[in-house]
Amino acid sequence: MSTTVAQHRTRPPAQPASLRAKRLPKYAPPAIAVGAVAVAAAVVYGTGIGGPVLVVAVAALLYLVGLFAAAHAVEGRRSARNRTWSALIHSAFVLAVLPLASVVWTLVSKGVERLDGNFFGTSMNNIGARDANGGAYHAIVGTLEQVGIAALITVPLGILCAIYIVEYGRGRFAFAIRFFVDVMTGIPSIVSGLFVLAFWVLVVSPVFNDGRPGFSGFAAALALSVLMLPTVVRSTEEMLRLVPAPLREGAYALGVPKWKTILRVVLPTALPGIVTGVMLAIARAAGETAPVLLVAGGGAAINFNPFENNQSSLSLFVYQQAGDASKYAPARAWTAALTLVALVLILTIAAKLLARRNRLGR
Amino acid sequence: MGETPPRSADAGTGGIHVASGHGRPAGASARVAEAPVSTRTPGGDGLGGGGGLPRARAFGAERAFRGLTLAAGTAVLVIIAAIAVFLIAKAVPALRANTANFWTYEGWSPNDTAPKFGIGTLAFGTVLSSALALLIAVPVALGIALYLSHYAPRRLGTALGFLIDLLAAVPSVVFGLWGRDIFVNPVRDFSVWLNTYFGWIPIFGGDGPFGKSIMLGALVLAIMVLPIITSLSREVFLQTPTANEEAALALGATRWEMIRTAVLPYGRPGIIAAVMLGLGRALGETIALAMTLGITFGISFNLIENGGNTIAANIANAFGEANDTGRGALIASGLVLFTITLIVNITARAIIYRRREFTESAA
Repeated sequence: MSTTVAQHRTRPPAQPASLRAKRLPKYAPPAIAVGAVAVAAAVVYGTGIGGPVLVVAVAALLYLVGLFAAAHAVEGRRSARNRTWSALIHSAFVLAVLPLASVVWTLVSKGVERLDGNFFGTSMNNIGARDANGGAYHAIVGTLEQVGIAALITVPLGILCAIYIVEYGRGRFAFAIRFFVDVMTGIPSIVSGLFVLAFWVLVVSPVFNDGRPGFSGFAAALALSVLMLPTVVRSTEEMLRLVPAPLREGAYALGVPKWKTILRVVLPTALPGIVTGVMLAIARAAGETAPVLLVAGGGAAINFNPFENNQSSLSLFVYQQAGDASKYAPARAWTAALTLVALVLILTIAAKLLARRNRLGR
Repeated sequence: MGETPPRSADAGTGGIHVASGHGRPAGASARVAEAPVSTRTPGGDGLGGGGGLPRARAFGAERAFRGLTLAAGTAVLVIIAAIAVFLIAKAVPALRANTANFWTYEGWSPNDTAPKFGIGTLAFGTVLSSALALLIAVPVALGIALYLSHYAPRRLGTALGFLIDLLAAVPSVVFGLWGRDIFVNPVRDFSVWLNTYFGWIPIFGGDGPFGKSIMLGALVLAIMVLPIITSLSREVFLQTPTANEEAALALGATRWEMIRTAVLPYGRPGIIAAVMLGLGRALGETIALAMTLGITFGISFNLIENGGNTIAANIANAFGEANDTGRGALIASGLVLFTITLIVNITARAIIYRRREFTESAA
């Protein structure tokens, strides 16, 4: 740009009508697109090497090359790059939306097939390969109980841990705890399942269970709480840090002891944010399959007792039905998947809306 | 001043608007709160008139609460240590019983009388599928993140960003089901097409059957980690200081030049961390791969033939018929996976921590 300005200064009579640089006409990009599709169709169908998908792929490539060439000729190299990258970024978006939209569409269209009262009111007990009905009642019971117990374990532990990190922890030890909470976020769900298998199912529970390994809903809850704990700690920690310092200082100035300040002033202020974090953690835990598969056993009958005998869960139900040879199994799997996604998304959306309404600071 | 603590405590909590709105946080805490109130009433002999600062007591509520939080914090370290200890304790007997080399043997039959199992093929499949998935997902995810943060209209960007966050919450079993029932068909067609025209390249060679291949697994994995990487890097891009962007634009940069000179350098540590977290997620993914891969043992770079296996998928598939040694063998493979993901995560966290210091000193 500076060079053109300098040129204009030296040769005033040659000044163009407009101050702006030459631009591609508005109709050029669509025209290039149409041309690219035409050439691609001619090449692909002419040689007979593919179908409409290949036409689109080749046309996209030709469009990018054509756009770059045209812009380079008219507007220069920098603008040509700008246009090409812009087109690439937009196409990345389209490319990713297609499969994600397909997931959502399949989920809804296949899921409504068995979305009836029978599905939510019966279990898979005594349902053979030729029976069309059968449902996920036992799995829903299992999911709710396991996630509920996991939340009961995780929420107090996670909040206390976050309070230690933010309010009391100093120096190397607190840093180590923070660091390992972060590291714990990345533990694969199957590893937490294996841990509870090695710890609870094979070592501890045989003590109460006549020496037999005790697969149970409670074991699944333990595995889920290993996964939930870091999420709860991290979100609580962030919320506690957002509580304005003057609130704390005001309480201290009035002579309130520190522990009481934390319980009566800091925690209530941060409460909405903490609830959001807990709900997100619950949503994540509800969708986990691998740990439940390893330690809950996965029965077909309704079992309300999480401490004894096998229990199923919604995600495990989806996995089991997907592997079932019965021709009615896929419909059950899709409906259970739809139920699971609905449960998870309702929790997630509620949590995000809550977070948006009660935003602290930021 | 010699104010009595109970009065000041009530004034402190009651006087703050937010706290009074929520009432007492929990029954337990309310009960604990009463203890000092009863001991320090003016009529009692705890504090005399104008007695100055309250003395710290050996077993006061303050210490008890501090100890409670310390115990909760220590629990995290204990859990991490317990994971390592219990996995090793259960893995060692199985590894002792193994009659083949754990690192190089290609196969998994730990339930036989002479147990034979090797981690080599599984680790190879895990790394190959995750690497492929990231190779596909990262450019697309960064493209979407840039689109949402700098190209789309502000309102559309926010709405779509919310949608992407929701997709990150969809359970993996749903992606696995979709990949196995729906996505396998276009991938199979594509594989046949690749095999017909590019069969001379070894990775697209072979003579079928195609479909439940490493390519399907990697694509499903890519679609799963896409929302995670997108939502993390979008947040990083949105944090770019407006001053930097405006400075670039004011110097005459095009939009792409602004992104290249202002947004990407600023966001680089964040992008690396997001990719590493995506990698951690991809390495540990179990159910989606157990449903989409055509479980085989053997090291092969062929991407389109039925086959492929990963550590996590093998655990899910082989667990059902595993005996005692079989479980130990699976736990041993889980230990290897745990170690791999631990290394990846610690690296990612170290990068994030360095970035945090960097931004704080810059601010």
